Amino acid sequence: MQQIIKDREIVEDNWQHLDDEAALVAGNITVSITRWQEQHETLSHHEGGLGIRLSGDDPLEEIVPDLGRFQLVVLLFPAFTDGRCYSYARLLRDRYNFKGEIRAQGDVLYDQLFYMSQCGINSFELANPNRLTQALAAFDDFSESYQATVLRPEPLFRRR
Amino acid sequence: MYQYDKYDQTMIDQRVAQFRDQTRRFLAGELTEEQFRPLRLMNGLYIQIHAPMLRVAVPYGMMSSRQVRKIAEVARRYDKGFVHFTTRQNFQMNWPKLEDVPDILAELASVQMHAIQSSGNCIRNTTSDQLAGVNANEIEDPRPWAEIIRQWSTFHPEFAYLPRKFKIAVVGSHEDRAATKLHDIGLHLVKNHEGDVGFEVLVGGGLGRTPIIGEQIRPFLEKQDLLSYLEAILRVYNRLGRRDNKYKARIKITVREHGINHIRELVEAEWVHIRDQLKLDKKEVERVKQYFTEPAYELDAADSDSSYADLLAQDKEFALWVKQNTADHKVSGYRAVYVSLKKPGQAPGDITSEQLEVVADLADEFSFGEVRSTHTQNLVYTDVKQADLYALWLRLNAENLATPNINTLTDIICCPGLDYCGLANATSIPLSKGIAQRFDDLDYLHDLGDIKIKFSGCMNGCAHQSVGHIGILGVDKKGEEWYQFTLGGSSEADASLGERLGRAIPKDEVVDTVAHLLDAYIDLRYEDESFLATVRRIGVDPFKERVYAADH
Ligand code: HEM
Ligand code: SF4
Repeated sequence: MQQIIKDREIVEDNWQHLDDEAALVAGNITVSITRWQEQHETLSHHEGGLGIRLSGDDPLEEIVPDLGRFQLVVLLFPAFTDGRCYSYARLLRDRYNFKGEIRAQGDVLYDQLFYMSQCGINSFELANPNRLTQALAAFDDFSESYQATVLRPEPLFRRR
Repeated sequence: MYQYDKYDQTMIDQRVAQFRDQTRRFLAGELTEEQFRPLRLMNGLYIQIHAPMLRVAVPYGMMSSRQVRKIAEVARRYDKGFVHFTTRQNFQMNWPKLEDVPDILAELASVQMHAIQSSGNCIRNTTSDQLAGVNANEIEDPRPWAEIIRQWSTFHPEFAYLPRKFKIAVVGSHEDRAATKLHDIGLHLVKNHEGDVGFEVLVGGGLGRTPIIGEQIRPFLEKQDLLSYLEAILRVYNRLGRRDNKYKARIKITVREHGINHIRELVEAEWVHIRDQLKLDKKEVERVKQYFTEPAYELDAADSDSSYADLLAQDKEFALWVKQNTADHKVSGYRAVYVSLKKPGQAPGDITSEQLEVVADLADEFSFGEVRSTHTQNLVYTDVKQADLYALWLRLNAENLATPNINTLTDIICCPGLDYCGLANATSIPLSKGIAQRFDDLDYLHDLGDIKIKFSGCMNGCAHQSVGHIGILGVDKKGEEWYQFTLGGSSEADASLGERLGRAIPKDEVVDTVAHLLDAYIDLRYEDESFLATVRRIGVDPFKERVYAADH
């Protein structure tokens, strides 16, 4: 089982990401938005944890009514330069009040962890899983932010 | 000017530490070039033909004498003893060593300067009017707002990986000295019918290979809503902007493909959700404004001085410089003084460490210890007493910083071109020098009046050639350097894109072509008609005939 960073700790991952063709299995699973939309009924009866995977191409707003069904939303970063899911994470937290786990997957590098966490992402499958301990330090790259962020909802200008 | 408090300072110090570690990991082989690239770009570091190039941010162009001295020192110690001021009020060092960059950034951080987000696909340095705060026609000083934007945009966690770079400019008067209509977002402080001051917001302007003039997205935005509105625009762009093709990734293309009305709907819909969270409070606005109060002007500066009028009458050279290189000030008895970085024969925008040190000393002596950079690659002292002008002129002149050519033909904006830039098709600096040297007769220059030549070495258009009165663009034709001319562009309040003159011109005819254009203008203008007005009245054809007829 692979290790991930969750809530600033290295933990064993206990989720399985199912392809659209893969048979359903017991335990915690994530599916693509397409599969969720097609197999809504069946998946609703799944006994383990259920998560959904979204990329910046997927229509976030379409799954908002279903968010209560998911314990995990996985945001895909096909390239670290694709910043769309930073906005998705913020919207999920700030606007749609999603309280479950939000995970970054794909080209997720140490140097993006600080910004990702400020946007509300709390677990990370790093592209290079060999440097997890080192990566933990990245959360402390900065001790302050000017902006209103998910971790600090009051912008600095109201706190100084 | 703005002074860092403990929060600002802590953040830039932490940035230096972060970048030091990133550089170390790169040099140790833990980061690939591809992974290091966006990290170094977000700290202003490009890799160019000769060496890395480091672009340092000068927020809305303001520098203290202490900062200028530090720039001089850093340039001498880590580079070849000069820096280059850019069209976005920043400066660049062309020869630093990669392993020295963390130390350079630490030096700069000690005087509250940084290179954060000066390149990369993020929100860049916010620019403004170099005469902000001293211009009599100003509705409101834009600098506190530029600073508020600087802070909001610095390390914005959501907008560090945008589809493309993003530039914001803000001005406080109808005169537009910051090319706001050619920015991703342009902000104009305006007064509405009720007499309240707010922002007119433009979006989707830009230069480069597809130059587009920005469109109005909101005629009036209340000031306290500034940040929420900007955040709404950025969020819409971050989601919608194209990522499949970097030439179509700027917000100008997003606006063009979706239409301004659709973009406005999306932005306004987003905005209602975040408006309250980011509403600026009075306390913060006052906190920032206190750094931009007026210096201690002598209110009788005009009356107490009798020498100025005499000197103007006696010394023709001085009078010419005053006419060309100084600008009106809202306080009588004061003027703004341009420091020309366009001496013919020198690369436009370059300044040596020795010159920078003199610039710093003169700022302390004559202009309350401050100097600003302009988007035309010059510097300006904004608060000089008229009684001090003569002394200042003599000192600037001794350093070759008083060429009386501001806004004339030889005040050329020019990109680095083939001399430094890895993307260039063609040489630009040597030809700009050639133009400046050919037309160095001052009487001729002043007779020609306001003519802006903008010269870029490739389609990326770093020198804004598409909005030059005369634009020159280097193009590659089968490995040879050719030049495409455009006429009639402007980046000011009457912004327009230049029109093509005709087929491209070989390198050895570029200077002659400029000469033909000027001859045509002199023949065809009405009395006192500017070059731009003449082109707008008669179109490019008469110029075209003159230039291409000369071929046969
Ligand atoms: C030598 C290194 C340089 C390189 C590699 C470089 C590269 C580029 C590129 C690729 C673009 C196009 C970006 C786009 O359209 O999205 C661009 C635009 C631009 N560059 Fe440079 N540049 C360099 C130096 C400069 C200098 C020295 C200046 C200032 C004098 C400058 C000012 C600009 C400006 C103002 C734009 C703006 C275009 C816009 O806003 O649409 N660049 N540059
Ligand atoms: S216009 Fe082209 S040649 Fe000139 S600096 Fe920009 S990218 Fe380089």
